[in-house]
Amino acid sequence: MEKIRYERPFIIKMNAGLMNKFGTQSVNEPVTHIESVSVKGMLSEYGSPLFVISEKQIRRNYQNAVRIFKTRYPKVQFAWSYKTNYMNAVCRIFHQEGSWAEVVSGFEYSKALGNGVQGNKIIFNGPDKNDSDLILAAQNNSLIHIDHYDELYSLIRLSEEHGLKPRIAIRVNMDTGIYPKWDRFGFNFENGQAWNALTRIANSDNLELVGVHCHIGTFMLSPTAYAVAARNLCELAWGVKERFGKMLQYIDLGGGFPSTNTLKGAYLPGTDTVPSIDQFADAITDVILGYGFKHDELPTLILESGRTLIDDAGYLLGTVLATKRLSDGRRATILDFGLNSLFTSLWYDHKISPAQKLGNQTEEMVMFGPLCMNIDVVRESITMPLLQKGDQVVVHKVGAYNMTQWMQFITYRPPIVLIDNDNNTHIIRKGEDLKYMEELEQIPEHLV
Amino acid sequence: MRVRKNIATSDEGFLFNPTTGDSFSTNAIGAEIILLMKKDIPTSEVIDTVCEKYDVDRALFERDLEEFTLQLKGHSILE
Repeated sequence: MEKIRYERPFIIKMNAGLMNKFGTQSVNEPVTHIESVSVKGMLSEYGSPLFVISEKQIRRNYQNAVRIFKTRYPKVQFAWSYKTNYMNAVCRIFHQEGSWAEVVSGFEYSKALGNGVQGNKIIFNGPDKNDSDLILAAQNNSLIHIDHYDELYSLIRLSEEHGLKPRIAIRVNMDTGIYPKWDRFGFNFENGQAWNALTRIANSDNLELVGVHCHIGTFMLSPTAYAVAARNLCELAWGVKERFGKMLQYIDLGGGFPSTNTLKGAYLPGTDTVPSIDQFADAITDVILGYGFKHDELPTLILESGRTLIDDAGYLLGTVLATKRLSDGRRATILDFGLNSLFTSLWYDHKISPAQKLGNQTEEMVMFGPLCMNIDVVRESITMPLLQKGDQVVVHKVGAYNMTQWMQFITYRPPIVLIDNDNNTHIIRKGEDLKYMEELEQIPEHLV
Repeated sequence: MRVRKNIATSDEGFLFNPTTGDSFSTNAIGAEIILLMKKDIPTSEVIDTVCEKYDVDRALFERDLEEFTLQLKGHSILE
């Protein structure tokens, strides 16, 4: 006689009271395949934990965003935000689709060049550009976005010394009505600093002013804030035209569009609350189109979106190491990945699905990572089927920031696999090992 | 491991404690274990019965049963 599938015995006290008007969230649907590739198969081939990226989803996201903006505005250019995910394979997918590169360090700049991006299609942002970075970017005709006066004067000096005429824009910070106000990057709009910087650049023989840039925040939930930002940048561009007789080539609204992840503390899931890209596109393009520029003067609209284009293309697969009951009766599940790999569990209540069919019974649990650290919590509270050692899980929407902000701490960082358009899998970053980890270490003579 | 005499149980896994007014719900295997416990049979027999019927490693079930028993005691279902 065939035995019945086992499920851990479970009891729950029933509480009388008002029903939850939203009902209980169901997260029991197993995710056995990603883009037709078996989760179990990938874990058995590449080991656990494992990051998985879907090339199809990246391309779908990119093409969708481009379509949304290009159907509203004639000149649109996306620049892939390297810091969001700078795996070369990922960057190359975006570049194949037509995206430029947006980088914020010499390291990222070198990666973009290595990925075959032409210098004039690299946007160099951020407060940390040393002299050699600036010279290289200027020689490559890249778009240098000035963050502060020290950088501006360095660039003026370097341009004179090396006979360069870099193409530059300034980053502008402003009050768009959102909190927190990001005023640490760039020049302030309200107090006139941005205009002063533009004047200084416009009067310089060694600099070519080509645009204005802002990046008002991250995981922005208000399209209105982008309308304010677009209006302020248009005002600056209009001022440059009026005062210096020069039309700026582009307005760069930066990134910051959210993914549909659920922020910690949010009352409703991200899928219900996050505005669509259409809403952001409407807010931005309505302002620029209505500002008064002649049709042939309209600046190119540059967008540096990262998270919204990649988050739902990334998955983290893992395995249950153990389950236990805590002193207060709560169930605890220990997974083989934690904060070290899933950095974004500090920000989001990630959706986690079982990777195999389990029983219908569910229980509330806390999910811990494997690190011997109290802070290593993947989900503080989640309702899941009765998991047991060896069960596999799939974490959704992890494509943004995890593969760049992950930490090598206590354990190795996991490999990353790309599922291509034909559903073939490719390792795009190997898992780490002891040799890799110790490669840069040196032992002083007296300790040998 | 004896279920208190006043605890009302159903085959479907519903439990009611008339003394406290608390009610509980268990999954199918939990209900089956409680019904076995009500028969006052030794623990080893409970384990044998369950392991024979379900696809489970004996050591794993012993561990799960121990934890389940602790929960039942915590809810004052066991004496």
